[in-house]
Amino acid sequence: MEKPFIYMDNAATTKTSDSCFNAMLPYIQQNYGNPSSIYSIAHVAKAAVEGARKKASAAIGALPEEIFFTSCATESDNWAIKCGAKLGLDQGKNQIITTNFEHHAVLNACKNLESNGFEVIYLPVDKDGLISPKQVEEAITEKTALVTVMYANNEIGTVLPIPEIGAICRQKGVLFHTDAVQAIGHVEIDVHKQNIDMLSISGHKIHAPKGVGLLYVNKKINLPNLLDGGAQERGRRGGTENVAYIVALGQALEDCAKNIEVREKKIEILRNKIVESVLNEVPKVRVNGSMKHRLSGNVNFSFEGVEGESILLLLDSFGICASSGSACTSGSLDPSHVLLAIGLPHETAHGSLRISLCAENTEKEVDYVIETIPKVISRLREMSPVWNG
Amino acid sequence: MKMAMEYSKKVMDHFMNPRNVGEIEDADGVGEVGNAKCGDIMKMFLKIENGIIKDIKFKTFGCGSAIATSSMATEMVKGKPISEAIKLTNAAVVEALDGLPKVKVHCSVLAEQAIKAALCDYYRRQGVDPEPILGKIPPVESCHIHD
Repeated sequence: MEKPFIYMDNAATTKTSDSCFNAMLPYIQQNYGNPSSIYSIAHVAKAAVEGARKKASAAIGALPEEIFFTSCATESDNWAIKCGAKLGLDQGKNQIITTNFEHHAVLNACKNLESNGFEVIYLPVDKDGLISPKQVEEAITEKTALVTVMYANNEIGTVLPIPEIGAICRQKGVLFHTDAVQAIGHVEIDVHKQNIDMLSISGHKIHAPKGVGLLYVNKKINLPNLLDGGAQERGRRGGTENVAYIVALGQALEDCAKNIEVREKKIEILRNKIVESVLNEVPKVRVNGSMKHRLSGNVNFSFEGVEGESILLLLDSFGICASSGSACTSGSLDPSHVLLAIGLPHETAHGSLRISLCAENTEKEVDYVIETIPKVISRLREMSPVWNG
Repeated sequence: MKMAMEYSKKVMDHFMNPRNVGEIEDADGVGEVGNAKCGDIMKMFLKIENGIIKDIKFKTFGCGSAIATSSMATEMVKGKPISEAIKLTNAAVVEALDGLPKVKVHCSVLAEQAIKAALCDYYRRQGVDPEPILGKIPPVESCHIHD
């Protein structure tokens, strides 16, 4: 039998869709003009960027002038957090509130601020991977410059109460940023209705290519620049526009805002089939993070007695792409900070497996995956000295 | 959450088809190193006759390279006299596997230590003090050993 190729690591990155790929192609070799120039291929390029801005703004309920294209969500997060903090500092505020299970783009931007004299409060998530709006409310003081809380977690897929947190921040007059990299396309986002001041998005998680993102900034906020340069992005973010990729991002956002409920329901049914089957077929396994407040395509398991990298290597030998939060796959000595944040002991975190689906995954693929996982786990447990099955 | 590295063909072969997996019920020496907190535990079982390692089996909890180094190390000492097995170094295991990514070298250290720990147990069972022969076996919290 030919080895299949099954991609279930969509929280890591996604395949560029035909729709995005086709949309961007005319801006690579044909209309390659610099949008700041005056001849016709430049006009076409400029119009394409503005078209993408309209699509992007429509997808999240923003105004076109509130969209700033960036190179990636890490840039967006750094911009929002470091420059949002600066705004606060101008008013004598030196405190940042975040959570202890943010993406490293947020955590390390906060660490940077700490080394520059800011106080950062890392709200602890509970065992389900959630925080309550009340936790945020109680943490806010007159010194709070910025609250930054992720919309959905990248490892365990939990969805946080962002509209409620936004309402509290709005009421208290505190700037509110959310990293929506994992949530966008899976959860209905309306920045104005949900009281979000700033929001980061990445293209490559929603079927646009890698190397493009955006930051939404509410028009009332005069966010200082992170990158100083030319007049691009109304002088707020210098650098010649990555036209083709911006076009792809606009297309991706337009695509993912369509039929969100139908699409997510379909993904959820497939995900639930995996969860039910694995919990039935494999002993001593747990699902990490709330199943109720969770992205439809995400599941994160911990298998007792086995280590995550070994699981991934064996799954790969069966043609399945997934990921893990074990130390061996995190590139550090400790397992994922997210799994530790929800209270897992190290040994349980080492045995984690994240599967993240997209709308392209099929039931046939799911059937193959649920047939393969028990085989892989029992093979590793057979050679594990800590497994007494 | 990423795959940190690429493994050599030999590492993948020993991971996918590990040699000498299992336990020896009437083992003459058993050694275990590493701990679950670090994500690596290796357990080695020895059968020794006339100073020769007649049989060796392992059980390992850990990443791809932990399993591959266990497998390779057992292969390298099986059928050899104890005097040779004692000399097995982690560097030799790494070389036999055509190299390991730098962050995975500690797995080969564990493999070397697991064999020494099993030999240590063998000597103790014989009523012989292993330390003059094997030196001191470092404490088991060795997951943080690099290079």
